[in-house]
Amino acid sequence: METTTAVESETASEKKLTDRIVIRFAGDSGDGMQVAGSRFSDASAYFGNDLSTLPSFPAEIRAPAGTLPGVSSFQVQIADFDILTAGDAPDCLVAMNPAALRSNLADLRQGGTLIVNSEAFDERNLGKAGYGSNPLESEAVASLRLIEVPMDTLTKEAVKNSGVSGRDVLRSKNFFALGLLAWLFNRPLEPTMEWVEQKFAKKPEVAAANIAAFKAGWNFGFTTEAARTTIEVRPARLAPGTYTNVTGNTALAWGLIAAAQLAKLPLFYGSYPITPASDILHELSLHKNFGVRTFQAEDEIAAIGSAIGASFAGNLAVTGTSGPGMALKSESMSLALTTELPLIVVDVQRAGPSTGMPTKVEQSDLLMAMFGRHGESPLPVIAIPTPSEAFDLAIEAARIALKYMTPVVLLSDNHVANSSEPWRLPQIDDLPDISIPFAAVSNGNGHFLPYMRDLDTFARPWAIPGTPGFEHRIGGIEKEAVTGNVSYDPANHQLMTDSRAWKVANIAQDIPLLEVNADEGADLLVIGWGSTYGAIRAAINRMRAKGRRVATTHLRHLNPFPANLGDILRSYPKVLVPELNTGQLLKLLRADFLVDARGFNKVAGEPFKITEVEEAILEVLDK
Amino acid sequence: MTAPTYSRSDFQTDQEVRWCPGCGDYTILAAVQNYMASMGVAREKIVFVSGIGCASRFPYYMNTYGMHSIHGRAPAIASGIAATRSDLTVWVVTGDGDALSIGGNHLIHSLRRNFNLKILLFNNQIYGLTKGQYSPTSEQGKQTKSTPMGSVDYPFNPISLALGAEASFVARTIDMDRSHTTQILEAAHRHQGTAFIEIYQNCNVFNDKAFLQLTGKEERAINRIDLVHGKPITFGGAGEKAVIFEDGRAQIVDTNSVDATRILVHDETRSDPTAAFALSRLSHGPYGPTPIGIFRRVTRPMYETGLNQQLLDARTRKGPGDLEELIRSAGTWEVKKEERPAGTPAVAPS
Repeated sequence: METTTAVESETASEKKLTDRIVIRFAGDSGDGMQVAGSRFSDASAYFGNDLSTLPSFPAEIRAPAGTLPGVSSFQVQIADFDILTAGDAPDCLVAMNPAALRSNLADLRQGGTLIVNSEAFDERNLGKAGYGSNPLESEAVASLRLIEVPMDTLTKEAVKNSGVSGRDVLRSKNFFALGLLAWLFNRPLEPTMEWVEQKFAKKPEVAAANIAAFKAGWNFGFTTEAARTTIEVRPARLAPGTYTNVTGNTALAWGLIAAAQLAKLPLFYGSYPITPASDILHELSLHKNFGVRTFQAEDEIAAIGSAIGASFAGNLAVTGTSGPGMALKSESMSLALTTELPLIVVDVQRAGPSTGMPTKVEQSDLLMAMFGRHGESPLPVIAIPTPSEAFDLAIEAARIALKYMTPVVLLSDNHVANSSEPWRLPQIDDLPDISIPFAAVSNGNGHFLPYMRDLDTFARPWAIPGTPGFEHRIGGIEKEAVTGNVSYDPANHQLMTDSRAWKVANIAQDIPLLEVNADEGADLLVIGWGSTYGAIRAAINRMRAKGRRVATTHLRHLNPFPANLGDILRSYPKVLVPELNTGQLLKLLRADFLVDARGFNKVAGEPFKITEVEEAILEVLDK
Repeated sequence: MTAPTYSRSDFQTDQEVRWCPGCGDYTILAAVQNYMASMGVAREKIVFVSGIGCASRFPYYMNTYGMHSIHGRAPAIASGIAATRSDLTVWVVTGDGDALSIGGNHLIHSLRRNFNLKILLFNNQIYGLTKGQYSPTSEQGKQTKSTPMGSVDYPFNPISLALGAEASFVARTIDMDRSHTTQILEAAHRHQGTAFIEIYQNCNVFNDKAFLQLTGKEERAINRIDLVHGKPITFGGAGEKAVIFEDGRAQIVDTNSVDATRILVHDETRSDPTAAFALSRLSHGPYGPTPIGIFRRVTRPMYETGLNQQLLDARTRKGPGDLEELIRSAGTWEVKKEERPAGTPAVAPS
């Protein structure tokens, strides 16, 4: 505590405690804003805050510098309590140039803090952003706490002895900004400096420049008293345990690796690069020492085709994609479904249709996951609500795929995939054993019968090549029950269609009942699925803080639905279904349960704001 | 481990073979079943994967592991098997529509990757199962149900295509010549990598006698150019025609008209594919003098060898995967019970 006193005595800036703060870094896509944001988040994680992040970047890798389409941003909310979203409006905005200011200023909270690189506000950049006059002198900015910093000059000065030269000098600018924010928000410095040293171990001059800029940023705040008050958010009261900060794509990749170990099978991942799913491929390809085989196929169809082959050969087989790729995989999914092979199909949803907005969130593939195949082709569908739950639900998808010999669709989305949150690490020993035995005992008098179903699960046996005496053929043509021989028999097709449907429906007995978080006497149920979890829960909390009585629940299993869903829906006079689509779950609920559920829908390429959900709830409550 | 002794019947299934009577597929099936009996590989280690089309019914008739998959995708599915199970012997059965039209992309990529796959392309130059439309190997001008005024499509030369796709083994054989087919199957099996075999296969219902120029008694003597490794390429009843390589192309000449040293000596193992490609251009379909045999047979690392080596290297370098370590790899922090540690205050960086 002595050091605290020292800081306070050496500077006139005083420290103010707050329970949460929302910060947004915005700049050119080449300005390193994602790095700055994720370093700030990690330092806050180490500090013990709860946090939630929302990265936002253009699909263009490097749109022309200084233009509006080139703006990339990273928002993080840190708090001393359990938060659920990255926050609606930033309290502090860092704008590295006029374009970044223009695309983000409207979101900044009234009276918030605006930090700008003043040297980027020259005539040329103002013009590129479409500003006729300098916005820093405008009325909109006058009500803000404006901190103007000549970041170019200060960064150049700071890194002059580090060995970088030319254009590389200004690349450390993001670390200067980060240093300033570390001072302003009383963040620990070590995690960032350690990260820089590790990350740039092979480029010591870059490491030195980044650290010099980072320290210079901190010192700038400290010595110039850039702000009268600095702000601190104390560590959060999280459940005891060991934590790491994880994105959904990483947690999903790790979950697949864990699932393969729990299934005692090698993992195969066939994929074709597509935003925002590619990071799963990248992450898995780092872990070949786990026996993970990743295969970058020639197209989406080959990606799932190779996975089907790997499944037939006895692997835990997975393919991952986003909406357009999901459409291409449709025919092959039906093959895996009718050959009854275990397979996980990951769809990291993005805004569609067609190429749509590849880096933006949407939940619009639900009906495709449910029905987007030819023929009668039901499949289990699971959706991931938060980044850390991707780990558990990848294991759950594998469990169902293997136990029931079926492809499983695992729905993620751009928000879950790229945002991060603290994850309390599970005890590895507590994870379930999901292994199933390969067929080893002949089930047909010396002949192997590939479609002799298990009477409990209705799954067929899995006999893999290399097993003597179990040679058999499977295929896309309708198969005779039990023998698996080609069959055009009318009654057999009815039986096989019914069997495939029953097998999937029956999984409802093997998944957790849905739990409702309800106030006594609530007559409104708010039900969601996927990445809207945080915004819905936060809105519910606000309702309760205002004394309103509400109930909420969130679906992870979308096919089959949990067995008690119908009873739950029917026990509330009002049901509200917020979704980032035009009403897909809503359709399913109304069709399956004949309830008068209402939708609250948005397809703007961004997550719900808490206030939006709050208003939607109020509207239903007060109607 | 030596494989059991088999006879052809060990590779037959109880399924009734349902190709049209007189179809060339029957002779290919017999050749393959016979060859498998002597191949020296245990039956359970063999997998047949096919797509869609008449040829693709093949796995149902082979008493091995097998998958009759979907149109064009057999090489992709087989790649997943080969990538993960080097202990298996994987064969792909496909047709001209399946491999060269709807599945063209998977075919070329499997050829360049060089998995240990044996691809049998039954080329009958017609769509049989959909009842007689022209295929990507049908001759230009062909009148079919979908081209009553004649096809305007220009056909593929499958051998040229395979060579262009970096195939390490490329051969052509004919359904009616069982002994030649068997030789090629054997060479393909011995080859470490993807083997591409085009089999001229007669569809007696929709495209009968398409290969007459190579199978008719008299025509065969005139037109069939047998490629024999290490031998000068001559053909015709008594070797009166020869192939020379001049002006950047293969040419057919009268043997007597050239010095014997100018006749191209066939070398399957040339690393440069130029000569093999030139030979593939001697004909653009079975309409005149056409080379039969192995065009190219070169050694190139197989995809799965590289992949498996990376797994081994990763394990040597990092040890077997440890889940506990993995989930902690991005850095962790502890939250203790009922304790709310005050934040570490910022201090001026040193």
